[in-house]
Amino acid sequence: MFKLFQPNKIFQITSKAPKYILFLFVIVISVGLTEALVLSPEDYKQSDAVRIMYVHVPAAWISLGIFSSITFLSISGFIFKNKNLFLIAKSLAPSGFVFNIIALVTGSIWGKPTWGTWWAWDARITSMLILALFYAMYLISWRIYENEEKVFKISTIITILGIINVPIIKYSVDWWNTLHQPASINILSKSSIHSSMLFPLLIMTAAFALFSLLIFLMKYNTELIKIKNKGLDRL
Amino acid sequence: MINELLFMNGYGVYVLSAFSFTLLSFTALYLVTKIQFVKEQNKFVAKFGSLNTEKANSAKSQRINKEILANATNN
Repeated sequence: MFKLFQPNKIFQITSKAPKYILFLFVIVISVGLTEALVLSPEDYKQSDAVRIMYVHVPAAWISLGIFSSITFLSISGFIFKNKNLFLIAKSLAPSGFVFNIIALVTGSIWGKPTWGTWWAWDARITSMLILALFYAMYLISWRIYENEEKVFKISTIITILGIINVPIIKYSVDWWNTLHQPASINILSKSSIHSSMLFPLLIMTAAFALFSLLIFLMKYNTELIKIKNKGLDRL
Repeated sequence: MINELLFMNGYGVYVLSAFSFTLLSFTALYLVTKIQFVKEQNKFVAKFGSLNTEKANSAKSQRINKEILANATNN
């Protein structure tokens, strides 16, 4: 199965895909921004401040999804001794980190008009900050360790420790009394969000997912070329 | 209409700064990633150009190297 993921085979696709994904992203984000800023209704309680949700929530979802994927890929790479899985994980990290920062900053901006404060050491917010620290440690580990085996081991340990925090982020609003509101969208039960707000939220999530795919592909191609550069040095 | 859109019942400053921060972060991440990609691609082309015919032919036998060169010339 891993033969399907051989860099030599998939570079042909990954090198051409970014321009199409960028085009699709521009279309989807344009529709999403129009829906989020103009067409969607204001909230009865939060008024127009609710529009911040359309950037805050997708960014948080995607940063959590990317960290979970990085952990899965790192553990799989370690078990199956597959370097390419580590390369995929490494290429996913920058966009995950940036989405994490976006979730924290937009959450802070949203906090001021709704809670009256930019920051609170609340369980959800603090656990998201801890996730950003794990992302930073993961990215730094790739920068500081030259030895491949060592960086594979250390980055995997960081993701394993970091993944413990992911369910804490998810359930923090249920386990503790927090300023942060509980989840409005549930896959298994009925969501408490109206379709007029759910639709723009899903479009913005699709746009953010496309952007992270675009960055992942560009980063992955860069990593492959770096390896090939080292190969040319050895010729 | 435009004033209403920008004012957003007094929340315009918060909403627009959140959206602006997001879009600026996107632009910065895209540009940094693109610059790194182009830098590595140019390094590859320069290294490839410095190879002698025999080594260049050997390197060209790998499909991925051909793809990198083709992409570099298309960009």
